[in-house]
Amino acid sequence: MTHSLLAVLIGQAGPIGGAANHFVSWLLSYGQPLFDAINLFILALAGICEKVLITPPPWLLALIVALLGFWRVNGGFAVLSLIGLNLVIFMNLWTPMISTLALVLAASLLALLIGLPLGILAARQRLIWQITRPLLDLMQTMPAFVYLIPAVMLFSTGAVPSIIATLIFSMPPVVRLTVLGIRQVPNDLMEAGRSFGCSELQLLRKVQLPSALPTVMTGVNQTIMLALSMVVIASMIGGGGLGDVVLRGIQQLNIGLGFEGGMAVVILAVILDRLTQSLSTPPSETVPERLQDMLNLWRLG
Amino acid sequence: MGELIRIREVWKIFGESSHQTIQEGCASKLEQLLLNTANRVAVRDVSLTIKQGEIFVVMGLSGSGKSTLLRMINGLINPTAGSVEIEGQAVQALPPSDLIALRRQKMAMVFQSFALFPQRTALDNAAFGLEVAGMPKGQRQERARQALERVGLGNDLHRRPSQLSGGMQQRVGLARALALDPPILLMDEAFSALDPLIRRDMQDLLLDLQNEQQRTVVFISHDLDEAVRIGDRIALMQDGRLLQCGSAEELLCHPNDPAVRQFFQEVDPSAVISVGAIAEQPAEGLVPDLQDQRKPILHANTLLQEAIPVVAAATEPVPVISEEQDFIGVVTANTLLRSLRTP
Repeated sequence: MTHSLLAVLIGQAGPIGGAANHFVSWLLSYGQPLFDAINLFILALAGICEKVLITPPPWLLALIVALLGFWRVNGGFAVLSLIGLNLVIFMNLWTPMISTLALVLAASLLALLIGLPLGILAARQRLIWQITRPLLDLMQTMPAFVYLIPAVMLFSTGAVPSIIATLIFSMPPVVRLTVLGIRQVPNDLMEAGRSFGCSELQLLRKVQLPSALPTVMTGVNQTIMLALSMVVIASMIGGGGLGDVVLRGIQQLNIGLGFEGGMAVVILAVILDRLTQSLSTPPSETVPERLQDMLNLWRLG
Repeated sequence: MGELIRIREVWKIFGESSHQTIQEGCASKLEQLLLNTANRVAVRDVSLTIKQGEIFVVMGLSGSGKSTLLRMINGLINPTAGSVEIEGQAVQALPPSDLIALRRQKMAMVFQSFALFPQRTALDNAAFGLEVAGMPKGQRQERARQALERVGLGNDLHRRPSQLSGGMQQRVGLARALALDPPILLMDEAFSALDPLIRRDMQDLLLDLQNEQQRTVVFISHDLDEAVRIGDRIALMQDGRLLQCGSAEELLCHPNDPAVRQFFQEVDPSAVISVGAIAEQPAEGLVPDLQDQRKPILHANTLLQEAIPVVAAATEPVPVISEEQDFIGVVTANTLLRSLRTP
């Protein structure tokens, strides 16, 4: 199947596309052991993510998410996320939502694992930034579908190419915002750190990273959101999950099915967004204060 | 009092060659840099010595190179030419690990913008220098607490900078420096961002601290009154040049440059000049009786503003004696009035 696809492509692409084809087929013939190893690793990671999320019964996980929301965001969000997740259970979309979430988590985890250190390095070394920057531009502006083709060729279809395409698509924000956050640390704080005898590593750990944290967390949030949007698209190469539901809705012109799938994606997106956003700032109120607020509301009602 | 900091023929040129250092004896290279119009000269050929235990004020308008000079003392900026030596050791020649050790043990800096870490409490801010130096948590928090109590913030240990007023923030900044107990304090326009009343409080606090423990304080300021009030000696800078260096009285009475005279026009002479400087020989060689307990006596280092009520109340010329109790001369209301006109 792979070879017939390749032949079609060579027939249509120009000289640059032809070179890209040759590069991919070169990778295919010489890098197979490497890709197998990557394949295995990502498959294991995605498997673990999915296993952890599918093991607890849906009501328990929904409750955990609501409690997390109550602690980090606020009471209203906790109630809404509980309603939203129950709606997903009611629509019978819990299992596909969990596989989507597992893909998002696996891809974001890898994106952060690569993106955060890369961002820190790029903020400190001009050369690394000069090399990274055009790559990030490329990763961000290349139409998302374009990643899917080589991903399929190298890793065939399924969860692994979906995660890799997602990883590439979602990594730029965390790199960019880490660089921005570290560059934006006020000069007087840097001078204070230096004048009190910080080594370069201490300067990074005690001055730059704490000061850049809100910006870095915004990057983490953006990465996770982009990962979600890409995972839905990646259903085209067999990523599975909610994207599959939406895709089936499109293929069968089944508006109701597409709408249900879309709703579940939106619910998941809002919950992920608010929860990760809340990580960038400390909670505005402590839990006892929140309980008091809710009690007051109850009495007023 | 020994020399602690020696600044020797220091130049700093910013621009394309910011990181360039010129070895001694390469005057032609320096000239080349000066001819390049893209470069900006921040400090021009400044030589100074700062003595142990004095408050040394570097004064000048903004852009006069005073902050750059301060940053060369702790190596935040390297001089383009010349050297800064602390206890005979050239700062810019130190390997990085020694420079870090020097900063941890010998000096601490206080910033105009406070430069507190917003995510840390007052206590953790004050403990920063000790934390970086690797002191265990309990010990460094105890010392930070003592430093905060000393600056009057014993009740605000766990507040964050955003919850403190400007004056309180700078007290935390001062505590952060004091917690290290450094022999040298570098203060970069430390009180310039504060309200006049709070600024005065902070100046008093600094003078109190100085009475308790004689640190060497290098204080950058653009405020003449502040310089006169706290400085044992003042160095006046303009356009990167050192105009004159000496006590406020020397700068006021014997300016060696019209710019120095112009600077000091604003200053109140009664807060600068001491009676020792204006005492005159008594008429007809009459030496007053110093043993008479009922008659007032002035010490040579008394400032005119403190001498005015004494002289006004006296019916005869008031005798002035030196620190060694020797008779120097007399002061009358007439001499006082004449000296109050800006020289």
